[in-house]
This record gives sequence, structure tokens and C-alpha cells, in this order.
Amino acid sequence: MEFRKHRLANGLEIVAECNPAAHSMGLGFFVRTGSRDETPELAGISHFLEHMVFKGTPRRSADDVNREFDEIGAHYNAFTSEESTVYYASVLPEYQGAALDILADIMRPSLRESDFEMEKKVIVEEIQMYLDQPPYGMDDRLKQICFGDHPIANSVIGSEASVTALSPDQMLLYHRDRYSSDNLFVAAAGKVDFDALVEQCEELCGAWEASKPQRTTPPVAMQPQVEVKPNANCTQQYVLLLRDAPAAGDDARFAAKLLTTMMGDDSGSRMYWDLVDSGLVESASLGHYEYQGVGMFYTWVACEPEDTAANLARLHKLFEEAEQSGFKPEEFEQAKNKVKARVVLGNERPRSRLFSVGGNWLQRREYRAVTDDLEAVSSVTLDEVMQVLAKYPLSQYATAAVGPLKSLEG
Amino acid sequence: MPTDYVHQLDNGLVLLGEPSDAFQSAAFSLLISAGCRHDPAGQAGLASLSCEMMLRGAGDRDSRHLISDLENLGVERSESVGVSQANFSGATISASLIPALSIYADIVRRPHLPEDQLEAGRAVCIQELRGVEDDPGQKLMMELRRRHYPDPWGRPSHGEQDDLAKLTAADVQQFFTNRYGPRDAILGIAGNFDWQEVCNAADELFGDWKVQADYSPITEMAPSKDTHLTYDSNQSHIGLAFPSIPYRHPQYFEAWSAVGVLSGGMSSRLFSEVREKRGLCYTVYASLHTQRERAAVFCYAGTTAERAQETLDVTHSELVRLGEGVQAEELARLKARIKSSLIMQQESTSARAGSLSRDWYHLGRIRPIEEVAAKVDALTAESINAYLAANPPETFTCLTLGPQPLELPNGIS
Repeated sequence: MEFRKHRLANGLEIVAECNPAAHSMGLGFFVRTGSRDETPELAGISHFLEHMVFKGTPRRSADDVNREFDEIGAHYNAFTSEESTVYYASVLPEYQGAALDILADIMRPSLRESDFEMEKKVIVEEIQMYLDQPPYGMDDRLKQICFGDHPIANSVIGSEASVTALSPDQMLLYHRDRYSSDNLFVAAAGKVDFDALVEQCEELCGAWEASKPQRTTPPVAMQPQVEVKPNANCTQQYVLLLRDAPAAGDDARFAAKLLTTMMGDDSGSRMYWDLVDSGLVESASLGHYEYQGVGMFYTWVACEPEDTAANLARLHKLFEEAEQSGFKPEEFEQAKNKVKARVVLGNERPRSRLFSVGGNWLQRREYRAVTDDLEAVSSVTLDEVMQVLAKYPLSQYATAAVGPLKSLEG
Repeated sequence: MPTDYVHQLDNGLVLLGEPSDAFQSAAFSLLISAGCRHDPAGQAGLASLSCEMMLRGAGDRDSRHLISDLENLGVERSESVGVSQANFSGATISASLIPALSIYADIVRRPHLPEDQLEAGRAVCIQELRGVEDDPGQKLMMELRRRHYPDPWGRPSHGEQDDLAKLTAADVQQFFTNRYGPRDAILGIAGNFDWQEVCNAADELFGDWKVQADYSPITEMAPSKDTHLTYDSNQSHIGLAFPSIPYRHPQYFEAWSAVGVLSGGMSSRLFSEVREKRGLCYTVYASLHTQRERAAVFCYAGTTAERAQETLDVTHSELVRLGEGVQAEELARLKARIKSSLIMQQESTSARAGSLSRDWYHLGRIRPIEEVAAKVDALTAESINAYLAANPPETFTCLTLGPQPLELPNGIS
């Protein structure tokens, strides 16, 4: 296992974890852009652009892109988040060059107007699909309730109205500013031929221009407001709670991870024993999500509408008890054992390592081996967990709900 | 080589292994013949409730100790109930494999099935059932399967709310006694472990497990005939099913690859015709679902109501067109995808453990990856087209879910 990196003259970085024993390799372009980089009139453009990237280039039609990926047996896809857009392919090592040739090419898409209008329809279908799956939609809304006009609260997918209003010219400009050589990088993991990778990146991406892109990272202020959206079609009631938490650059993120594991993991946690095992709820879990300059503690609960008020009261009590009385050493040990096993299990495949290597580079421009993460988890103390809890009390949060109820008051 | 890693206990339980020192982990998949097709009439959901109760204490551990000990061993676990079997699977770091297996031996052999937790277990099952109501795509495909296969083969394992409400602790105990045992039990293990050690452990943990009775009356439930479910959703959800052949059939790979041409990769027919060329859908797919004795292709498309009729018509015509055959280039792309999938599957201990157990259930033997690769290599457009000519997709079960019914093309029931 060897980490290697290289920087082209135009600022484009290439990072890889090379594992000669792997059977396959994962390769991706990580673009430092997402919904937090959008102005209101551009809402949804990062995600829309991700779709358009597959619609062809001066060298390839959309059919060519899909066909050529399939010809090399690639498992490929893309996703857009609040702050990144990632294009990736898992391939057999002999197709590293072919996969990079396609991926690098589509980073410079044609953005043809006819494709633009056709793809809008697909995005509208995607929006409609999510609207049929509560609580989707409310998760976006909750970020706005909690963080107000902070850019991290921008919706990734946008709305039907905002996407419909977008023009090809807006997308061309957005692409020029955000997909520049100094705002994206190439990451790879598995059986990687790094020298060949660098040489080919030089050839394919060496002429891309830099743009010195900006991103604002204002401080967050959590607003503990409540919003309930009645939806008579729902069978279950969905309640989401959100507050800020340690950010991606904060070393306390490992303590935050252990805190959420003890408190709200989907098995064996306090929320599990109190709410899930007892059948009081369909599901209840708490997770920690990290972004640049901001983190989130996000709680999801689904239960029968008539039990909602009582369940939320129980949940709130669990949060307060932890803040007042802390956790037992055996709970902490169990959480560490669980998280460490997940780190090992979750990093065996090259495609999983790709997201880990890419994610660490995206957030912190650092390389972390699996052993680094295992050590970081091992060295967290219960005191550090309690410091996180004191700084980011779980008992204070913004609330969004969707379901049959008009109000969450019992 | 594979025969070296099969160990059948006298009581019937089969242990299968695929050791490899390329991993730090090991995964297992334990199949027990306790699926929902054994739910008696009026007790739909009994297999699921029983499975839910199995982890609520076993051997000398109560519910909490059981879960804590598994978590301290780092076991990432999941339990599921299918039509034929309950599947207890998990993955963990190698050193924890045998301690984890010994807890699972308690779970499947010595569960407490505590009466005082029955209501909690029942509530968990009912919550799951209610959750499906809020996922129209999942609900549609569940109901399509129920309509396409003869009962009990299309049953959803979740059961029915009215039946679940009536189940008792005695029912669960009875189901456990009747169904949980080494007869037809399969334990597949893949990853970093010592085969001989695991064989010894299996002998010790399961060797004296008493064989359950070979008794499985199936009670058929009346089929539903409606072709539309009214649902106040944004999208219309469209499901189509047509008959295919199961995994053990000599022409299975022909049938499977034909479905791959339809829906494998983004250059496949459904994705390019329905989504890429017409922008009708975000999600459209077809997949071959196989049981031991029967199989079917299930196809899904979700789209806004005003474009639903066109989506159904285009999707249906693509399914029918498949009967005219596939092109050599389509097959070449598919083979590339299958080849890389086979190799990447070897990078996942969970995927391999699941495959070992399933292969044994379907074929009564381990099918090495080399054999799958050879079968895929041997596929030709001619062999696939010969299969399709003899078995063209022409009779369909169709079900739609959404604000309004659609006009069904000819040949659809």
C-alpha cells in the first residue's frame, strides 16, 4: 500500500493509494463544487450539470459515453452533494487508461441545447420521484430552517421551477468557473499504475485553465425552529432533527462519530434500545455529517402518527440524560469496537477506498491510511466526547416533520 | 478444488467455505428453511415475526447481552426473510469469526423467544409494513410479484397487518420448532479463515442439532386480480413481469444475458430508449428474479402521470422487441460488464459468502467463479437468440400504481 501524489503545472492534483494486490481499481474526478456554491437563480445547477456531463463532448456523443464505459465493463456513476460533485468508475486494472480517457473527456462536455432540454425532463422526474418518498424534500427544508440563508442549506436538487428556468449559457459559465484545473482533482485506489496515470492526466488535462475559484464559509448559527408539513397521503409520521456539529476540519469529528454511535446507531445504541427494539418507532437514528466549516448532527425518526409526541419526548429525554450523566465505559468500548470493525470492513474494496482517499483529499488535502483512522478512533477519550456534547448539545435542534400530523404537540 | 471446502454434518447442515488470505475479514451467510411460504393461513407474517424474535436473547445471553457481544465482536449483521428461507448473515474481522458463529448457533438453536417481548417484536413488524405504504415504488413491485407468481411464491415476507395482530408467542414457538433445524440449512463462509478450524467449530456448534420434521404444508392464499392500485402520488409507477427460467436451468445464462441487454449498464436498451432518448423516467430497470423452481423478469418504470401511458407503451414495446433477438455488440458489452463484476465480487467477502450459500441451495453444489466465467465466455448472440425465439416475452403481468389507471397494451393481463 503506497500513497502517491502529483500536481500538474495548472494546479490539477492527482492522488492515489496504490495496492498491487488488488484485483480492480477505482478512479474518479472530484470537483469542489455543489449546491453551496450556487446563487438562488442557479439552484440545482451543480446537480443538473452532473447529468449533462454524461451527454457528450466534441469527441463523443452521449451514446458513445455510455457505450464506451460499458465496453470496458466499468461500474460508473456520479453524485452531487452540498460541496462536491464526483464522477467515478471501477474497472479492471487493464482499463485504467480507457476509463481515464472517457472521464477526462466528459469533464469538458459540449452542453448542447437539445440535450439540455431533454435532460431537464429527467431531472423533473427525479424531483417527482423523491417527492413520493417522504421525508425526502423535508431534509432539504430542514437545513434552511436550521441554518437560515447559510449556503450549506441550499438544496442539492433544486426545485422544478429553479431547474426549469436554467439556461445553457448559465451552465457554460458555471462550468467554466467551477470545473477548472485548480478546483478539481483526480483520485485513484486499488491496482493503480500511478506513473501512467500522471502521464495521461498531463496529456488530457494539462491544457485546462485555472480559475482561482472562491467559496464562502460564513459561520453558522443554529435556529431551533419547528416546521410541520401536513401530508395526508403519508402512512407514517417522519420527524427530522438537525443541529450543527464538528466540521470536516475539526479533530473532534472522531469523538462526534463515537457520540452518534453510542447515542443513535441503528443497532445497539441508546435510541435503538429505547425506541426501535421496543417497536415504538419504525426507525430512529442519529448521524454525524461533515462539511467544510460546518458539521451536522442529523436525527431521523419514523413512527406511527399518534405516537409521535410521546416518542419525541422520550428522544429528548435520552439527549438530556446523556448531557447530564454521560456514557458508561462499556458503551464507549462497544462503540469503538463497532466503528473500528466498520472501518476495516468498509475499506476492503478499491471502490470504497477511492471515496475515502478522495474524501480526505477533498476535505483536508491529507492522506489517511486505514490504520490512521483506526488509531484516531482508538485514542478518543470519553472526556472528548463530553466536550463535543457540551459544545453541540443534542437537546437543542431545529425540527422538521412531514406526515399526517398538523402539529407535533401531544 | 471446491469439493475440498464442503463439509456436510450428519444432521444435514452443509458448511461451505472459500478461504482467502487477501482479506482481514470473514463473512457468513446462514440459510434456514424458514421462509414466509411456510406461513399458515391467517398467519401471514409469522416467519418474519419469528425471525425478529430470534435475536431477543439466546443461550445464556439476554437480548441486550446478545447484541452487545455481537457489536463488541464488530459483527456487521443483517437478517432477512424470503419466500423460502430466513437468512442470517454477517461480516467481521477474521479473529471474531468463530466467536460470532457460536453466538449464531445460540440464536438459531436456543432462542429465548421471550413472551414479554412479543408485543415489541410485533410492533417492529407492523412498523415495517406501514413503512412500505410510504414507498410507492417498493409497494408496487411487492404487489406485482404477488400477482405474477402463484401463491405462496410471490408472497411478501412482511405479512398482513390483521394476521400479525393475532399471532401469539405459542405460534412463534411452534414455527421455530417446525422450521428451525439443520435440515436444508446452509452455512457459507468466505474470507480470511482456517477451513479446518471452522469445520471443527461447526461440528461442535451444530453437530448435535436435532433434525426438524420434514413437514411443510403450504396454504395457498387467493390471488389478487386488479391491475391498478390508486395512490395519490406525484409519479405513476409501472410494473411489468414476464416468465423466465431459474438459475439451475441449462439455458439460464442465455435468459440472464438477454435481460442484461435490456437493462445492464447505461447503454442498455431500457435506459437508452426510455430515459436517454425520450427523457420519460429517472428510474427504469428490468431484472431476472430466480427462485429454485421458477423465475421471472420484473421491470419497473416511474414517471409523472401525464407521461405514464407513453412510458408504459415504450417500455412494453422494448420488452416485446427483445424477442426479436440481441446484437453481437450488445452481448460484447455485456460480457465485459459481467467479467469485471465477477472479479470485483471476489473483493467482497459478504458477496462471496452469499453466493456460496445461494449456489448450494439452487444447484446442490458450489459453482466456482471460473465455471461462471466459462459459461459467460461460451455465450453467443445465436445461443441467446435461440432461447429468445423459443421463449419470447409476450405474456405479461402488469400492475400500475398512481393517480389513474393506464391502458394496457394487448397481451397483458
